Amino acid sequence: MHSEEHIIRVENLTRKFGSFTAVDKLNFYVNKGEIFGFLGANGAGKTTAIRILCGLLLPTSGKIEVAGFDIYRQTNKVKQNIGYMSQKFSLYEDMTVAENFRFYGGIYGLSRKDIREKISYYLHKLRLEKKKNAIIKSLPLGWKQKLAFSVAMMHDPKVIFLDEPTGGVDPVTRRQFWEMIYEAASAGTTIFVTTHYMDEAEYCQRVSIMVDGRIEALDTPERLKKQFEADSMEGVFLQLARGHS
Amino acid sequence: MKGFIIKEFFHIFRDVRSMVILFGMPLVQVLVFGFAITTEIKDVEIAILDYSRDHLSQELSNKILSSEYFILAENLEDEGQIESVFKAGKVKEVIIFRDNFARNLEKEQHAAIHIIADASDPNSANIIVNYTTGIIRSFMLEKIGEKALPIEINTEYKMLFNPELKSVFMFIPGIITVLLMLVSAMMTSISIAREKELGTMEVLLVSPLNPVQIVAGKVIPYVFLSFVNAITILLLAFFVFGMPVQGSIILLLAESLLFIIMALALGIFISTVSGSQQTAMMISMFALMLPTILLSGFIFPIENMPEVLQWLCNLMPTKWFIIIVKDIMLKGVGLTYIWKETLIILGMTIFFIVLSVKKFKIRLE
Repeated sequence: MHSEEHIIRVENLTRKFGSFTAVDKLNFYVNKGEIFGFLGANGAGKTTAIRILCGLLLPTSGKIEVAGFDIYRQTNKVKQNIGYMSQKFSLYEDMTVAENFRFYGGIYGLSRKDIREKISYYLHKLRLEKKKNAIIKSLPLGWKQKLAFSVAMMHDPKVIFLDEPTGGVDPVTRRQFWEMIYEAASAGTTIFVTTHYMDEAEYCQRVSIMVDGRIEALDTPERLKKQFEADSMEGVFLQLARGHS
Repeated sequence: MKGFIIKEFFHIFRDVRSMVILFGMPLVQVLVFGFAITTEIKDVEIAILDYSRDHLSQELSNKILSSEYFILAENLEDEGQIESVFKAGKVKEVIIFRDNFARNLEKEQHAAIHIIADASDPNSANIIVNYTTGIIRSFMLEKIGEKALPIEINTEYKMLFNPELKSVFMFIPGIITVLLMLVSAMMTSISIAREKELGTMEVLLVSPLNPVQIVAGKVIPYVFLSFVNAITILLLAFFVFGMPVQGSIILLLAESLLFIIMALALGIFISTVSGSQQTAMMISMFALMLPTILLSGFIFPIENMPEVLQWLCNLMPTKWFIIIVKDIMLKGVGLTYIWKETLIILGMTIFFIVLSVKKFKIRLE
């Protein structure tokens, strides 16, 4: 377990809200450059876990390291090295594309020159050069999501947390979005993604499935399918979810 | 940090609602309050108590009554009736001519008139008295012209029910206070709540920015805008209503800055206890606006309140700020006279800053 290659290390992570245990003794690690899928039904504790890993919530107990830093004592170092795209849309709707890039680049301490380069790099990649000065509100949701991902990637984080990034997006855009994720992963960024689209789970290198605050299964999609004798991840997921309800 | 402030200005300038609150409100409030209070009077009912009943007192009474500002409601017989006509609400003013008005004026070049006004509505009482003395003065000047004699009519007035006229000319200091409170506290609380609601706050909290930077970035644009507002109101007061600042403008602006910072800290505190823009707006409205207007002495004189409410008023930062603004604007006093009020506001500022920084959660709970 204790290898430098583990960019996220979680031991006995528990989070309680009053008497309710949202997350119960999680143990897992994520390899560097991996696409790690974090699955679970609504209310299974996914969002709580991802928030703890990002430093938005304090765990009740447990030992957690992200990007090689302890989330209790080295919060700021953790924050410098992670990107986060929330369930809710995270760009400012009343600002233009370029203004959003400049703002987020600025809070991560990027220089003006770097910001300019990043803007032209990402807009070129997304083929949105013409929309540089468009107000975010006027853009379709799919574009916004891709822009939000680019903005979250702007400071070259070691790990990026994506909390249901493709919610409400059409299949073509979802496909394109996953291409962006693959590209980022092959460039060495670790991807930690929650989703409830089971087809997306197949794209992940390893998948953990949470049920009622606990991780019930964690392996590659192939091995999980074999283990549960299912022909798709959906089958695996339904077996696990049914077993508990 | 700079980027943060620029971003905040984008939010403000691109939101019609914010712009209206920020720049429309001061204008409208100053003009509405200003004109509502300084409107010209017309057909005010008065009573006259004439002990002399001579030609000059008659002539002056007629002049007053023919001025279209006043109409006679009653002729009184003795001073005992004064209280009752006021209490019955029949008249707003009683004019009393003492004995031998004409003789005193002609022989001694000196006569006296008493004016008693119902000051339970202090603003109009003041205006009524001013109009009456104006008419008396012009009457006096006419008589000087006719007879080429140096004569003098002494008018003495008495304000019944609210002798100190505490809220006269309070409205400009009051509006400055209310608006600074509104703009600073309400706008910051709403803008922080908006980021929470939209989910962008999470992204800011995940970033390496520390809470002090987030709060400062939110607050600085509003310090600037509130300041512009204060200056706008002072300019309006001067050019539209001819109300100059008697004391040091720099001291006034410095005190305003202190008050703005206090209100902003309060706004941040409100935003930490409210999750949505609506809640922030409601809390600002009911917890801030109403006490600000009602318990600050802006509209109702604090001296006339029950003791419990007077104590409550002492907790209102606006009460102290109105005193400061009034003293500087109307009396022209320096810091030596208002250091106590300044210290109280300073104390409240520190209190709210500490409270809101403590409450402002770096982690979502």
